[in-house]
Amino acid sequence: MADDIASYGWALALGITILKSLLLLVALLVFVAFILLADRKIWAAVQLRRGPNVVGPFGLFQSFADLLKFILKEPTIPAGANKGVFLLAPLVTATLALAAWAVLPVMDGWAIANINVGVLYIFAISSLGVYGVIMGGWASNSKYPFLGALRSAAQMVSYEVSIGFVVITVLLCVGSLNLSDVVNAQRGNYGMFSWFWLPLFPMFVIFFISALAETNRPPFDLVEAESELVAGFMVEYGSTPYMMFMLGEYVAIVTMCALTTILFLGGWLPPFDVAPFTWVPGVVWFVIKTCLVFFMFSMVKAFVPRYRYDQLMRLGWKVFLPISLFMVVAVAGVLQFTGWAPGH
Amino acid sequence: MSVAQIFFYLFSAVMIGSAVMVIVARNPVHSVLFLILAFVNAAGLFLLMGAEFLAMILIVVYVGAVAVLFLFVVMMLDVDFAELKQGFAKHLPLGIILGLILFIELAMVIGTYLVSPDATHSIPTLDPSVSNTEALGRVLYTDYIYYFQTAGLVLLVAMIGAIVLTLHHRTNVKRQNIAAQVARTKETAMDVRKVAPGQGL
Repeated sequence: MADDIASYGWALALGITILKSLLLLVALLVFVAFILLADRKIWAAVQLRRGPNVVGPFGLFQSFADLLKFILKEPTIPAGANKGVFLLAPLVTATLALAAWAVLPVMDGWAIANINVGVLYIFAISSLGVYGVIMGGWASNSKYPFLGALRSAAQMVSYEVSIGFVVITVLLCVGSLNLSDVVNAQRGNYGMFSWFWLPLFPMFVIFFISALAETNRPPFDLVEAESELVAGFMVEYGSTPYMMFMLGEYVAIVTMCALTTILFLGGWLPPFDVAPFTWVPGVVWFVIKTCLVFFMFSMVKAFVPRYRYDQLMRLGWKVFLPISLFMVVAVAGVLQFTGWAPGH
Repeated sequence: MSVAQIFFYLFSAVMIGSAVMVIVARNPVHSVLFLILAFVNAAGLFLLMGAEFLAMILIVVYVGAVAVLFLFVVMMLDVDFAELKQGFAKHLPLGIILGLILFIELAMVIGTYLVSPDATHSIPTLDPSVSNTEALGRVLYTDYIYYFQTAGLVLLVAMIGAIVLTLHHRTNVKRQNIAAQVARTKETAMDVRKVAPGQGL
């Protein structure tokens, strides 16, 4: 935006930024609508069902039908609920999830805000995501939502630690906190084999699993485990507030997929720097890779049974934390002594 | 008035307002939520000063971790307000003294600018060619490495202390030994026997 202010004056620059943000938001929401459908379809296919198939061809408009239904239903607020916080919680979840997209570059130079601390910004926003859950669980003034909220607070704080260390190893190899620099640092002579997923493979796996836990996806969806907590922190919610929670959750999932793409799968870079691949615009590669990561997310949901809560905590604190901490030291040591560290 | 100034007054006003609400709010959970709002606005003020690294770290550490645990505790505790209000008159003199000391200290810090307006120039300015994060990293791990490590050590001691205080070794609890489970083989786990009809094992 700073460049725009210099060239157009700040009123026009503000207009351009708002227009860009709107465009990104609309594209993102449509993407989320279809990703929701894809999630249900993949899950159904693994279980030899058809999934949603009534609204539109192949059930393509199912998400839009759901949207209409949620909006037209009457919202109910429990009598004992803390009304202000109860209604604020879904708004916080949805807003924070969308706010993360301000810095994600979908192509070279295609970011609303290309800031120097992009990675930290994403990390900060995703660490705030827990507030929507805690506020919703507490304000509902009922047992199951409260239990769900307590679980999620502990879970999300635990897995943020290992996500932080994974991000630090990537940053050590890049030498910058800017997300566009992270992608550009992965440009190499070997195409897709220069991307960070191969040299930092253990961290890629840890990041993927931690991302599942951070977004409360199965097998780590203990926050809303239906067999024990009914629906966790969402029990008392219905209609539009519930939709805001769902929206926030799925946008956060897409954000994590996009972040995996940027940190490990080369962002908008083509898999090989030769003719037919380089004709395709970068944003298409970005979307394809994000969809690929999301496909893995939904396959995990379909395959893996839910963890027990103590197993989840053990995995986070006793397995991922030591491994990622060791890897930070190892990667830093290798970069220092081989002279591969990005110099200045 | 420039855009930065508008945002400065916005962040400051919201921050002071929410700081007041932290004390005034009747519900302790609301107090913590207002405290979080104050933190976020402080991060906004840091951003306006060009300290983007500090701003993000403030959000990650204070809002994302410390305040979550704070909220956690406040929600779990059942605070009795009548009991809290009882000691109000008794502790009022001490509170006033503490507030007064803090006020005088703040006045002295701000008063420095009146006594010697050059005081601001003694603060070293950043080299504009390096980013905020890099500038911090350069001094933190070279000139101030001992202070940095000492701070880390203090935190480590505090952490170990908290663990020692709360750790109970209970002997009558069943625990899952993952290593033993994974190390099981067919031979150690299964035992095939011929059972004669009508006799059992």
